[in-house]
Amino acid sequence: MDLTLPFFVEVLIGGLLTGVMYALVALGFVLVFKASGIFNFAQGAMVLFAALTYVGLLELGTGAVLAFVLTALVMVLLAVAVERVVLRPLVNQEPIILFMATIGIYYVLDGFGQMLWGSDIKALDLGIASDPMTFLARPDAPEGDPWKYGIMVNRFDLTAAAVAAVLVLALALFFQKTRIGRALRAVADDHQAAQSVGIGLPAIWVIVWSVAGLVALVSGLAWGSKLGVQFTLALITLKALPVLILGGFTSVPGAIVGGLIVGAGEKLAEVFIGPLVGGAIEDWFAYMLAMLVLLVRPQGLFGERIIERI
Amino acid sequence: MLYREAGQFKTSYAADAAIFPIRQDRIAMLILLAVATVGVPLWADEYWLTSIFVPFLVFATAALGLNILTGYCGQLSLGTGGFMATGAYAAYKLSTAFPSMSIVVVLLLAGLITAAVGVVFGLPSLRIKGFYLAVATLAAQFFLLWLFNKVAWFTNYSPSGVISAPPRTVAGYHVTGSAAQPVVKYLFLLGFVGVLALSAKNLVRSRTGRAWMAIRDMDIAAEIIGIRPLWTKLLAFSVSSFYIGIAGAMWAFVYTGSVEALAFDINRSFQVLFMIIIGGLGSILGSFLGAAFMVLLPILLNRAPQLLGIRLATDTVSHLEFIVFGVLIVFFLVVEPHGLARLWAIGKEKLRLWPFPH
Repeated sequence: MDLTLPFFVEVLIGGLLTGVMYALVALGFVLVFKASGIFNFAQGAMVLFAALTYVGLLELGTGAVLAFVLTALVMVLLAVAVERVVLRPLVNQEPIILFMATIGIYYVLDGFGQMLWGSDIKALDLGIASDPMTFLARPDAPEGDPWKYGIMVNRFDLTAAAVAAVLVLALALFFQKTRIGRALRAVADDHQAAQSVGIGLPAIWVIVWSVAGLVALVSGLAWGSKLGVQFTLALITLKALPVLILGGFTSVPGAIVGGLIVGAGEKLAEVFIGPLVGGAIEDWFAYMLAMLVLLVRPQGLFGERIIERI
Repeated sequence: MLYREAGQFKTSYAADAAIFPIRQDRIAMLILLAVATVGVPLWADEYWLTSIFVPFLVFATAALGLNILTGYCGQLSLGTGGFMATGAYAAYKLSTAFPSMSIVVVLLLAGLITAAVGVVFGLPSLRIKGFYLAVATLAAQFFLLWLFNKVAWFTNYSPSGVISAPPRTVAGYHVTGSAAQPVVKYLFLLGFVGVLALSAKNLVRSRTGRAWMAIRDMDIAAEIIGIRPLWTKLLAFSVSSFYIGIAGAMWAFVYTGSVEALAFDINRSFQVLFMIIIGGLGSILGSFLGAAFMVLLPILLNRAPQLLGIRLATDTVSHLEFIVFGVLIVFFLVVEPHGLARLWAIGKEKLRLWPFPH
């Protein structure tokens, strides 16, 4: 184990970039939770479904742009269906019931997507090269100098991180500056009060689930071209959960910061602590980290303070 | 008409506090017990015993445990699989380290060890609530499985990481190992589950159970009326883990005979959670109904295409199973969010009047 500074920075950056990808998935959760208080377990399946649909359409011969638009349309339709079939009959049920319902959606999407488009692993090429880029190299340094080969960063990861940053910025603007965004925040604050000033809940839910679907599409494309489009994509949910509770269920920036912390933390832990205890601690490290943070701040780092009344 | 309590007067506190205060319920329970102890062993064939009744009893135990924690005390947990694994590995270590120990003692001790582990992972529940807690319990799930996978001591350094139950007997009959008859396994589990269910039923009717329900309904209010949240929540975690640990040990020893840590992955946790939600949160009966539903449903889904005479590719069938499963979950939640136990209660209400309209 060489503990040189460039290696450390390389691992750190790699982790941070992976963290941004986690944050992309977590964003979808935050959106739905903010606007309806539903813990949407199906987000991972939506990621998978969107990626499968996109790849499936590409294979049918549509161009990339058309496939993207069509998939986005499918995700909007899905949002409408979810609102009609699942959310509307379950209005006013307890959160755990709604949570279970989203697990039901998870199974349906998982099965339906794979039945429709097949369950083999599909490669997804977005046309972004994934060759490493080198920074801060000192080629003229003598052999053995840790900086000789500089820091290598994956070009694809960088691009994905940039896309994620743009998406987050757009969503933040959407939430803060537009009329619909204000309505969404009103619904998040208080369902009844929002309804009484004339905001229609069903429409808001369709919008939120559509936006969550679009976020799922983007993260599906990012993860799909990284790992291949296959059923394990749905399991990304499990990686997004600690990100979510670290940042707080209700905070968009929290999802990003949580993602960065989890991504960097688990990569560093895997590389530097992992060998001491037998490896593969990536599986649970994020959860333990999140649990420790929760012990200090039960609402996550950026979540709204939980106020309890009798 | 048939099912009515008119004319059944209670003349003592004991009668008033009975588990089954209505005579018809007592008779029905006796019939059920007779069928379970005599009827099933006599008439069920080996397939029914090994792939339906035995897993049903194992799952019912796990569901009982989770229902105590989630249904009665209101602490959402997704760590069931990890706790089941703890029970299984504890039982394995105990029975290989002390070969002369009775299997009953092994199961109970495995439950106690799991209870201790459950208390440790229950500690955050004092500060973390709701879905935050659910995700925190995932830490238990992933950490415990990783531990059993990585530390070879737990599997007695078996190279494949699989633990196999050593053959053990109760009163001269093999209950674990390859020599065990399905009927013996079934009866052994039935006795165990019967005792566990009875104690759970009585526990939730007692002061402890009422304290759990008070915590579930509103923990701050419960604290104000003098219920200690620390003890109450940790007790729920320990009792729940005790049951789940025993279920895990039963799974490894009696149901499958040999097991690896992967058998207790996150899907197992969800499976048990489905059972209690479909069966009914906060209901002992619901745990059994949910377990029966979840054991029978996949078998039915698997067989349905054959029965209907449709030929499908195997992967289509497995995807269809997923879809039908998801649809059924949503359907059940929409129709009756309080589960099968509530349907049963509504049915009983209707039976009191039947066949008269009022």
